Amino acid sequence: MSDETHEAVHRHPAPTSFIRKYIFSLDHKVIGIQYIILALAAVLVGMTMSVLMRMNLSWPGTNWPILGTLFPGGAPNGVMSPEFYLSLVTMHGTIMVFFVLTTAPQGGFGNYFLPIQIGAEDMAFPVLNMLSFWVTLVGFIVILSAIFFSGSESTVGPIGGWTGYPPLSALANAGPGQGMGMNLWITSIAIFCIGSLLGALNFITTLLNMRTRGMSLMRMPLTCWAWFTTAVLALLSFPVLLGAGVLLLLDRLAGTSFFIPGGLYLTGVLSGTSPNFPLHTGGSPILWQHLFWFFGHPEVYIAILPGMGATSHILATFARKPVFGYRAMVFAIFAIGLLGFFVWGHHMFISGMSPYSAMTFSILTLSIGVPSAVKTFNWLGTLWGGKIRFTTAMLFAIGFVSLFVAGGITGLVLGQTSLDLPMHDTYFVTAHFHLVMGVASIFGMFAATYFWFPKMFGRFMNERLGKLHFWVTFIGVYCIFVPMHTMGIAGMPRRYAQFTEYKFLESLHPLVVLVSIAAIFTVLVQLIFYFNLIWSIFKGKKAGDNPWEATTLEWNTTSPPPHDNFAGVLPTVYRGPYEFAVPGAPHDFVMQTEPEPAEVGEGVGGNGHNGHRH
Amino acid sequence: MATTVTGTRPLTKTGIGGGPKPRGPNGNGARKRNGHDSPFPDLQSSASRYRIGMWVAMAAILMMFTALTSAYIVRSASANDWQPLKMPRILLLSTALILVSSGTLETARRKLKDAAANAHRRWLLLTVALGLGFLVSQLLAWRQLVRQGVYVSSNPHSSFFYLLTATHGVHLLGGLVALAYLSLRTRARQENELAVVKRQGAADAVTLYWHFMDVLWLYLFVLLFFWR
Repeated sequence: MSDETHEAVHRHPAPTSFIRKYIFSLDHKVIGIQYIILALAAVLVGMTMSVLMRMNLSWPGTNWPILGTLFPGGAPNGVMSPEFYLSLVTMHGTIMVFFVLTTAPQGGFGNYFLPIQIGAEDMAFPVLNMLSFWVTLVGFIVILSAIFFSGSESTVGPIGGWTGYPPLSALANAGPGQGMGMNLWITSIAIFCIGSLLGALNFITTLLNMRTRGMSLMRMPLTCWAWFTTAVLALLSFPVLLGAGVLLLLDRLAGTSFFIPGGLYLTGVLSGTSPNFPLHTGGSPILWQHLFWFFGHPEVYIAILPGMGATSHILATFARKPVFGYRAMVFAIFAIGLLGFFVWGHHMFISGMSPYSAMTFSILTLSIGVPSAVKTFNWLGTLWGGKIRFTTAMLFAIGFVSLFVAGGITGLVLGQTSLDLPMHDTYFVTAHFHLVMGVASIFGMFAATYFWFPKMFGRFMNERLGKLHFWVTFIGVYCIFVPMHTMGIAGMPRRYAQFTEYKFLESLHPLVVLVSIAAIFTVLVQLIFYFNLIWSIFKGKKAGDNPWEATTLEWNTTSPPPHDNFAGVLPTVYRGPYEFAVPGAPHDFVMQTEPEPAEVGEGVGGNGHNGHRH
Repeated sequence: MATTVTGTRPLTKTGIGGGPKPRGPNGNGARKRNGHDSPFPDLQSSASRYRIGMWVAMAAILMMFTALTSAYIVRSASANDWQPLKMPRILLLSTALILVSSGTLETARRKLKDAAANAHRRWLLLTVALGLGFLVSQLLAWRQLVRQGVYVSSNPHSSFFYLLTATHGVHLLGGLVALAYLSLRTRARQENELAVVKRQGAADAVTLYWHFMDVLWLYLFVLLFFWR
């Protein structure tokens, strides 16, 4: 191939200026790190909000002078108002779901490692990739402004929760923060949808179009399958939320009645009888719930599937064994993704749907347990009999499995209509989804961080600090979320600013305090993680190109990888992604790029055929 | 503890957790090489990514219109405040314009395939004109309704009419920008084979999108005025 074409194909040469290299970069690796930094910033905000909420729940009425200074409107004299608590609930949920759980696993690690793992020199559309990050960042700034600069309501953000149910979310005078704050909230979600769609488009095209020679679909690491499925879910679900958001915004700003029913009374005023509460007729609030949850359920898989991929990848690497049942894992990922589109109704059992639809949704929901169990079984199968290396990454991956089981099992409880009806909107639900989609996904990302850090920065993270981080976090999250199940069964409702008025919940107060203390501890320990992260970039122990003795393509290039990932020569792939402990091989791992030996010793041993199929 | 890897065959070919069948190193991946071993992807794959990307984007757009359609159907049945609009006659002109524009763009695409750059550009510009005509005609339809006193919030059908035409119009505007970009790209001198192939890929993708917008409009037209 001539040099001329060589240059032409090499779409964007390594930039030299600081701005093109680190700010408006087209390099998927830099964009991935930008996404991770965004998520690290967003998670700090979200965590701080959760601590504030916990403090209000366990020590209601306490005066926190700093709060009064920061939020004079929301916490006058430093005592949190119930509205401010509700806006914290809303912002915590929205920021965590969108800007942490969707951003870090997919935009961050997916962006950085998907092209490298399939042997591509970049994403298919680098400019779109850059745009998707900057659009997402704008979305983040807008969501922050919803609570910090929401105009006349002064420092009370929207109070409708991350689900934003109408009609209250559709009416500006429904409460403090439901005016400008709610407009900004919807706008931010719409912006985020666009950013995610650009990203998903890029992921799918890259994976379909840019796999290197020999990288057949069934030779891809499970991480790539997870990112791909996640991208498909995002591609099909975010447009629905975008459409719903536009409808909601029109209801608020243009006076339409998509979601606002007729004859609505708001603080004693009938719709149409006052100039600031114009006439609305015939809208359907339940319609929003359908549209929202059609997006919302796939969204929880968008959050957790990349964690599943990373966990499979890391378990195999550190158990020094192939992933147990690779094909089953691939099909399970797809099955979870597919079923995820048909179960949204289980979020709405309480809205009064026909018992027949409820039963259908219930059965479909419970059937997700099958592919989930396949995955859990295969993770345990991967660990079984392995020569396990307990690195921090491995600990977090095992922690992921534990949390996924602990959080997922209560999904079987809530998926049944008869059990969901009493448990709906109690702390049982809070505990369930925090464990399974929140903490488990985050554990997947911690595992990914400790695992890929040496590749991204050429240095290890400190293992001693990492293990401390793991154990405190692991015990901490169980201390936070296990008691919440009990509270939920006892009937403690979600989203209440405090429970002092409720006699039947008084005996639970010690548990509430325990949860808060555990939460504060767990959050503080995350500072160790932040410290470890930053310190290790500069002072960590140097890592080689393949410090974990792993097999996939990212370990084939330098740490950190050069601008075009493979220094101009794309690798050729000869084998599957997890060839560990192959009998007869010189090492206990065989890289994907290692060619077939010239049929050395073919036929040695009679039971060779399919000997590795489980 | 015995590992579960029990086979004794050296360096398995069945591919542990990997390939379904042992296959040669060539021809497994997505890239079809032109018979030579280059360090970079070949021409066809750089061009086909535009087409793949466009199909993916269309899936997303389709999902949004599906969501809006379901909202339309649910809302039309959820209360008795639905007052069907009388169709503004000018929408027939819109429909004719966009149908013709699909034809002209297809011609433009074929001209590019035949390497007739000038003819390509002429047909492209004609398509842009027709596209602009469509948008103007849609705006006139809005004006007709406004003159009759039918606004966004007048009744659910008018809300959906303005919303769906506006959403479609914004997407079509994106198509117009792409067409303009395409015609500028035609103007630029094509230096090498890669640029030519990529331009063809881009032209194919934009044409696909434009046809999609065409069919989408027909669908919305039927949904808005003939479904109920």
